[in-house]
Amino acid sequence: MAKKTIIIRRAPFLLITFFLLMGLTGIMFKEPSRVLHQAWQICLSCIGIG
Amino acid sequence: MSFIRKWVQSIFVLLINGSWSFPFTKMIYRGPLKVICSPGLNCYSCPASTTYCPIGAFQQLMGGVRMAVANGQYFFGFYIVGTIGVIGAFVGRMVCGWACPFGLIQELLHKIPSRKFGVPGWMRYIKFVILPVMVFILPLMAVDKMGLGSPWFCKYLCPAGTLEAGLPLLFMQPTLRATVGWLFFNKLMFLTLFIFWSIPTSRPFCRTTCPLGAFYALFSKVKMIKLHLDPGLCTNCQACHKVCPMGVKFNESPDDTECISCMACVKACDFGAIQLEAGGMPLAAFNCRSKLNAQKS
Repeated sequence: MAKKTIIIRRAPFLLITFFLLMGLTGIMFKEPSRVLHQAWQICLSCIGIG
Repeated sequence: MSFIRKWVQSIFVLLINGSWSFPFTKMIYRGPLKVICSPGLNCYSCPASTTYCPIGAFQQLMGGVRMAVANGQYFFGFYIVGTIGVIGAFVGRMVCGWACPFGLIQELLHKIPSRKFGVPGWMRYIKFVILPVMVFILPLMAVDKMGLGSPWFCKYLCPAGTLEAGLPLLFMQPTLRATVGWLFFNKLMFLTLFIFWSIPTSRPFCRTTCPLGAFYALFSKVKMIKLHLDPGLCTNCQACHKVCPMGVKFNESPDDTECISCMACVKACDFGAIQLEAGGMPLAAFNCRSKLNAQKS
């Protein structure tokens, strides 16, 4: 039985690196603290109340 | 595999919603874990939620971009898009099949005995309109006098928010009941629609409406972990068509945007033609069933 050749796909690695860098850019702009602050609030209109 | 998947889904539900003290505190969790992104759709106003919902957070950021920039703060959603981008590039819509609480709810509802129906093909494209329009364009462009936009998807459509946050908060905080209006009943209507639709149809919300599923679907061809079809082993028996909860004809479109990598087709394929792979390399541990089936036949 012929041995199958494995071809490594590069695209996922490139994309993961790209989005990791994007996330780090967000961290540099202090976006996590903004996200955290928003997540701590109950957005009533967001859940259809108020 | 289905049994393992149910366990994984349950564990994710409990991890994402890990603040179980809410019946006593009657408040949402306000700890540091909320800086972590929930991989699936899970409202962060849910009293038990310990993570943030990427779709909700992104809309909030888009809605506040103009005001933030005017105040010299540069928040464009890089952190959120970066986080879900990494998840998407790694596993894509596997999240829908293995880690989304609302997906699990729909699957459980679909177990109720009834006549079963599919979803018309064109309806799968609705979510690809909802993603840019309701999550990006409207929150950014339709702003009030203060320059603030609304989270349109959360506000008018998201049934997960109504189920996980709206209803529990109304139950826990009676003072909120006076504020209930048409907005809530509109959302309740969508929740009811998807609950009843889930009984005859498998995962109708995921297939037609979910913007997070639409985002992850963009990675279907290029994600790291995906199902791979070996055309040499496929006999076109169509066993994979019959078991797919998303209505994917796997042997005809192996990179289908609807595939949630639930692996039902791996188990159903008697010829071992479908295998899980990571970046091009077969994942042997997950393909045992596939090999066994192939040996038997």
